[in-house]
Amino acid sequence: MKVALFATCLVDTLTPTVARATATLLERLGHEVVVPTGQACCGQMHVNTGYRREAVPIVANHVRAFAGAEAIVAPSGSCVASIHHQQADVARRAGEHRLAADAAELAGRTYELSQFLVDVLGVTDVGAYYPHRVTYHPTCHSLRLLKVGDRPFRLLRAVRGLELVELPGAEQCCGFGGTFAVKNADTSTAMLTDKMANVLSTHAEVCTAGDASCLMHIGGGLSRLRAGTRTVHLAEILASTEEAVTPNQTTRPAMSV
Amino acid sequence: MTATVPGPARTFLGLPTAPRGVGHLRGDESFPDAARTALRDGQLRANLGHATSTIRGKRARVVAELPDWAELREAGRALKAATMARLDDHLEELERQVTARGGTVHWARDANEANEIVTRLVLATGASEVVKVKSMATQEIGLNEALEAVGLDVFETDLAELIVQLGEDKPSHILVPAIHKNRAEIREIFARTIPGVDPGLTDEPRQLAMAARAHLRERFLRARVAVSGANFGIAETGTLTVVESEGNGRMCLTLPETLITVMGIEKVVPTWRDLEVFLQLLPRSSTGERMNPYTSTWAGVTPGDGPQEFHLVLLDNGRTAVLADEVGREALHCIRCSACLNVCPVYERTGGHAYGSVYPGPIGAVLSPQLTGVEDNASLPYASSLCGACYEVCPVAIDIPSILVHLRSEHVEAQEKPNAEALAFRGLARAMSNPRLWHLAQRASRLGRLFARGRPTLPNALPPPISGWTRSRDLPTPPTSTFVESWTREHGR
Ligand code: SF4
Repeated sequence: MKVALFATCLVDTLTPTVARATATLLERLGHEVVVPTGQACCGQMHVNTGYRREAVPIVANHVRAFAGAEAIVAPSGSCVASIHHQQADVARRAGEHRLAADAAELAGRTYELSQFLVDVLGVTDVGAYYPHRVTYHPTCHSLRLLKVGDRPFRLLRAVRGLELVELPGAEQCCGFGGTFAVKNADTSTAMLTDKMANVLSTHAEVCTAGDASCLMHIGGGLSRLRAGTRTVHLAEILASTEEAVTPNQTTRPAMSV
Repeated sequence: MTATVPGPARTFLGLPTAPRGVGHLRGDESFPDAARTALRDGQLRANLGHATSTIRGKRARVVAELPDWAELREAGRALKAATMARLDDHLEELERQVTARGGTVHWARDANEANEIVTRLVLATGASEVVKVKSMATQEIGLNEALEAVGLDVFETDLAELIVQLGEDKPSHILVPAIHKNRAEIREIFARTIPGVDPGLTDEPRQLAMAARAHLRERFLRARVAVSGANFGIAETGTLTVVESEGNGRMCLTLPETLITVMGIEKVVPTWRDLEVFLQLLPRSSTGERMNPYTSTWAGVTPGDGPQEFHLVLLDNGRTAVLADEVGREALHCIRCSACLNVCPVYERTGGHAYGSVYPGPIGAVLSPQLTGVEDNASLPYASSLCGACYEVCPVAIDIPSILVHLRSEHVEAQEKPNAEALAFRGLARAMSNPRLWHLAQRASRLGRLFARGRPTLPNALPPPISGWTRSRDLPTPPTSTFVESWTREHGR
């Protein structure tokens, strides 16, 4: 299958290793990956901060960039949820009915990584090797908007060498929430503190998730504490093999690609 | 209200919102400021964490027992939506039926009118004190203060509401107004404020309840006037309903000669059958019980049995303005179960007072700004990480996150001049809708590398608004190349 990769603005700009891992994984599974250069952002940050009018041209750009793609995959539950639940609405409200229809149609072909692997490709064992103790944080939008359910667990359980440990209070929000993290920094930090306490209680080496944004939040907190537990995106774990395991492969600081 | 208080803000349709200067819908501080204070209170955090996690567990267990919960929830949602679509008809039917059964219906445009009506009715009875059933509507309009201002004594009879009243505190939860207090704190309040209380009072729950009971019983027996709210008002029969746990409501609703009920106009339901759905949804969602201990229903007056005078005050106070907003109106479906508060990670940490309104938590963050006009509560729609836990538990499926996002836009669009944030978002939108500009912007973000001086994270001290992030979290140093850039370089175009 020919898969168009939507890196998402945050991953593309700050943690490109996550998009790279997604591409590596899909190619290893025998699919052709294309990366439309016109891509930028899904518009979620604008919509969720109250700038739904300003989001309309962003949605239009996204629809232009991916027009004609057979399947679009993004390593982010949150951005895919926005594509599914917000883009068409925002366009419709602005009176852009043509754009709304196009966005809705594109959303039908857009998948979050774990959903694409399990539902579309029908694989749970992607042939990965990752010899680490890992805990999984189900990010809110993957959990409640996309309802990815146990798909990430099924993928992780099939990874050779990986020891999966349960995260207490897993379904509690990490406190990221986009601009919430800045506008309500104190409350966000209080939520993060409890999330980190739960992560650290597992004694996992790695905390993983399907959203680079939440991982940047949790990872930023753990790194500030010099906690030693690092955050690694699900795509990076699934992309790892015996031949290509990079021990410092991580969603946090990427000095170069 | 004094002459210096500005008049109520108006919505774009010109419908009046809840007036300023009366009631409890507006806080003194913005949410982030109030939250900062609350977050420092370790005892508050412990009390709330304990209370909310206990009730969350109870709710989850009893909801899981019902195989048709999803259908019930959908039925509840659909009933509310259908009722709101013909709210005027149902209210008029309710008025006809209440009147036909010997009650009197009063229409109150806002808090001031409602307070005036109730005060007048109480004074007309010649009574000097009033017993109250816990009610959100009367807290919303500040009725206790209005009655006290004319020299009446007001006694809250719900245990938690009594704790709040005796402690000269404010409610912090829809269902358990004293959720922010623990047993030891409650014992201290009772020992200090209840006349003639046993000095050996301990913080054992039963002892505390008995002390409150002894204090209240006297008031019930001599009360001539009671004021209540209503969970449901059934249009077809003019029946009012109060759902409670302690029996204090039953006492207030049956013993006094005069009963005055203040009900928000959105509480009307068309038929008795509708209760079949709501009386399953409500107790399981609110207290985590299969059925609440006391459900009282009454219609008008019955000679020789119960209150001989009944008044129903129908309260608008901004609700019609909420109804006019096609996204926001769903907030009127709320049956005040408080499940959304109990699962909210923000509420659990900040507590209810930080919201500045009698309606705290997720429902408060969408209801208060709509009742007052969003500019009077502009920080509340942002008091959420949009995690969606509230929507998931809401028994009538109110999509609170979508309403929050909608209200954020209403706030942004209400600004006449763009502020720094708006300018930044506009600039970013321009870049994100044009690949060439976007690539330039991404390259510009690499200037961050200069601050990092070769370290993997940026320094902690950065200017606002980034400081909001870096005060507690490291920020990665931007990489030398974006993914799209390096991929395109390798694969060509
Ligand atoms: S919004 Fe829903 S969950 Fe929250 S109090 Fe109202 S009915 Fe209950």
